[in-house]
Amino acid sequence: MIEISGSETGQVLKCYHCGDECDDDFIEIGSKHFCCHGCKTVYEILHENGLTQYYRLEKNPGISQKEKPQNTNFDFLDNPEIRQNLLSFSSENFQNISLKLPAIHCSSCIWLLENLRSLKQGILDVKVNFSKKEALVSFNPKTISLKEVALLLETIGYPPEINLSTKDETAKNTNRNSLTIKMGVAGFCFGNIMLLAFPEYLGFTGEFTRGLKFVFSYLSLLLALPLVFYCSSDYYYSAYRSLKSGFVNIDVPIALGITVLFLRSAYEITFDAGIGYLDSLGGLLFFLLIGKWLQSKTYEGLSFERDYKSYFPISVTKIESGKPKHVGLKEIETGDRLHIRHSEIIPSDARLLSDKAVIDYSFVNGESAPVSFRKDDYIFAGGREVGKGIEIEVIKKVSQSYLTQLWNNEVFKKAKEDFKTLLINRISQYFTVIVLGIALVAAISWYFIDISQVWLVFTAVLIVACPCALVLSSPFTNGNVMQVFGRMSLYLKNSDIVEKLNEIDTIVFDKTGTITHNDKQGLAYEGERLDSRQLAMVKKIAGNSMHPLSRAVYAGLSSVQDEAEMEEYTEIPGRGICAKSGGHEIRIGSAEFTGLNGRPSQQASGEVHIMIDSMYYGHFNVGTKYRPGLKTLFKKLKDHYAILLLSGDGERDLEIVAADYVDKNNVHFNQSPQDKLDFIQQLQRRGQKVLMIGDGLNDAGALKQSDIGIAVTDNVANFTPASDAILLGNNLKFLDKFLDFGHYAKKIIIASFVLSFLYNIVGISLAVMGYLEPIAAAILMPLSSISVVLFTTLSIQLTAKRRKMFTP
Amino acid sequence: MIIIVFLICISLCIALFFLATYIWAVKTGQYDDTYSPGIRILFDDQSKKVEKSTSDKKNDIKKSE
Repeated sequence: MIEISGSETGQVLKCYHCGDECDDDFIEIGSKHFCCHGCKTVYEILHENGLTQYYRLEKNPGISQKEKPQNTNFDFLDNPEIRQNLLSFSSENFQNISLKLPAIHCSSCIWLLENLRSLKQGILDVKVNFSKKEALVSFNPKTISLKEVALLLETIGYPPEINLSTKDETAKNTNRNSLTIKMGVAGFCFGNIMLLAFPEYLGFTGEFTRGLKFVFSYLSLLLALPLVFYCSSDYYYSAYRSLKSGFVNIDVPIALGITVLFLRSAYEITFDAGIGYLDSLGGLLFFLLIGKWLQSKTYEGLSFERDYKSYFPISVTKIESGKPKHVGLKEIETGDRLHIRHSEIIPSDARLLSDKAVIDYSFVNGESAPVSFRKDDYIFAGGREVGKGIEIEVIKKVSQSYLTQLWNNEVFKKAKEDFKTLLINRISQYFTVIVLGIALVAAISWYFIDISQVWLVFTAVLIVACPCALVLSSPFTNGNVMQVFGRMSLYLKNSDIVEKLNEIDTIVFDKTGTITHNDKQGLAYEGERLDSRQLAMVKKIAGNSMHPLSRAVYAGLSSVQDEAEMEEYTEIPGRGICAKSGGHEIRIGSAEFTGLNGRPSQQASGEVHIMIDSMYYGHFNVGTKYRPGLKTLFKKLKDHYAILLLSGDGERDLEIVAADYVDKNNVHFNQSPQDKLDFIQQLQRRGQKVLMIGDGLNDAGALKQSDIGIAVTDNVANFTPASDAILLGNNLKFLDKFLDFGHYAKKIIIASFVLSFLYNIVGISLAVMGYLEPIAAAILMPLSSISVVLFTTLSIQLTAKRRKMFTP
Repeated sequence: MIIIVFLICISLCIALFFLATYIWAVKTGQYDDTYSPGIRILFDDQSKKVEKSTSDKKNDIKKSE
């Protein structure tokens, strides 16, 4: 066996455009090198239009054009109905659209996109929203059409993501906006109430100041109204909802505390019995809302809720009385004839009308080898046509297809949110009962000592026990952990996931694309030795085919220097290629195609056989390439977790997987998407907490069903199925680090709980004894909150630094 | 002493004005993207540079030929 590796270049040349290492076939312009034609083209376009500032703002800012998908078809943008749906504003000579451009990643991107108008006439203005990775493009439809805009963006490396789900994503942000406003209002009220309370604390006595005191008290009461009736509305609602479902969550004591604080202060002010605790109320709400705001923080540029709609195109080409017409996906009915071009996706289950089709289902079922079909075969939805354009007849509607019906499963209908399992809510049940108990006992005791104090002591206990610090510790700890994870390219959907990470005892992996590379495949040759000239011929021929196996052979032979000519190229889809080169006839393809009928082929799908001048040489094994660093990861994980592997593949790699990764008994092959979902469900019924790690649509059900689903991708801008977290493939090897850090975070949360309990004990003892002066409350409550925030933030950030939690 | 009440009213009004500005800023989406505005201000004006760099480019091509 000869190992052929592609990385034997001496000096490292970096592509001027994207910064990737250049292979041997780089392109040179002046002193600048480019890794591929795509990158060079983008550079030329920018250069011609005087936009080279792009390269000066950041080093190698471009997006590699090497693995760029074949030209996306934007023809559907010519359909006025679809276009009207997408445009946010439209008039005769002004149109406006918000486009999602996942490739946006640096300041150069912003600069280039916002200067798009100097690249093409008709574009009026572009405004980039960096955190959402969106651009608001205004253009003149008389000069440039929407389709041209999309194509222009694609050529410079920012293909817009337009699909069915782009339309319904806008409502999400309003909720967070209202929280931001509430936070601002609370800060305003808190600050002013505190100012008004100061004179009282500094000794505000005597007849002379009575009038002022009156004004100050009533002003604070006025300022407290928005606090109670606007800012804290979420807490009342949440408390009400949880009580209704027979459960006491942490918002119950908070709502109770706020109400009691306000009522008692209002009572004291109106009956001139004191100045009340309004400053404490302001501080409490302000800090609580900051915590809540932090908790609601998400990665806006990433989408965690994608389903098949984001994967499917927005429209398809329907053939109506012999003429092609673009129609929306929803409008497809059974019996329709559709035209599917090369590299388009089959939108629904269908019958093949053309003679032949070669369809790549790797994203749907994890099987890497494409499947060929003949006329009248039944084709499942979700595959990508890799051969020539085909015609199909729809048999089932899009939502009823084999692939999409997975989303009709109940799992996808309910939100995966089990608030009872969060540590804070488990504590809150006891907390509320204990606090109420203490308040009652204290009140009863005071009944016998001094009956006038009963009411005061009872309310004071409820006020001071308001679990502000307790509530803050989780969001601040988890929020910081989420940020640390983000630095290592693990993006969590929300910060509560950190806590759930602790309960995991079972980890289920998918194989293809998760622990193996989807695009980079290892290549090994078995058989009679090929000399360098023969290798060059094979490379040349394989380079002409779009078949994934040919691509793999071509990529694997990239170190071959010699050039070869080629003539009489014929490709028989799904079988092989026949071509002539330098007088030799070369056949590359399946065993059967190269005339190797007698040879027992165990699993022929990953083999590429070579025959030169009717003489059989041998075959390339296009093996799966495992991500580096995973063997050690699996060894480490095995001690603490049950590890399982589910794969949609055939049993090809069982031996390798069993030897290095997962025990043989825990490996399950030939799993359909539904099987995977059911499998996870079974584990959960046995009480196991499952972490699912997968990548494709075939894992979508399992990711959703599992307690935590992590989607692995090689490019965050690519499609990932709905999940709780998105992880960059290269960093999968750090999974044990993530899990460990999650455990550490839990310890920090518990420690900060203890800290806040200590404050509570001090406060409650003061309150029980009847000593809780407003000034004591005004100091104690913010002090406890601030110290908890500082403690959690510092310990997480410092430990992250010590453990080197950042991508080197 | 009435002057203090007066001053406090003025200070509250100013604070209210700032609160209103804040709410306006949130509602108009100025907090949606906190990265690009800071970058955008550093970009040079484009119009003059374009001509300059196109002439640069012509020289460049001559050299490479």
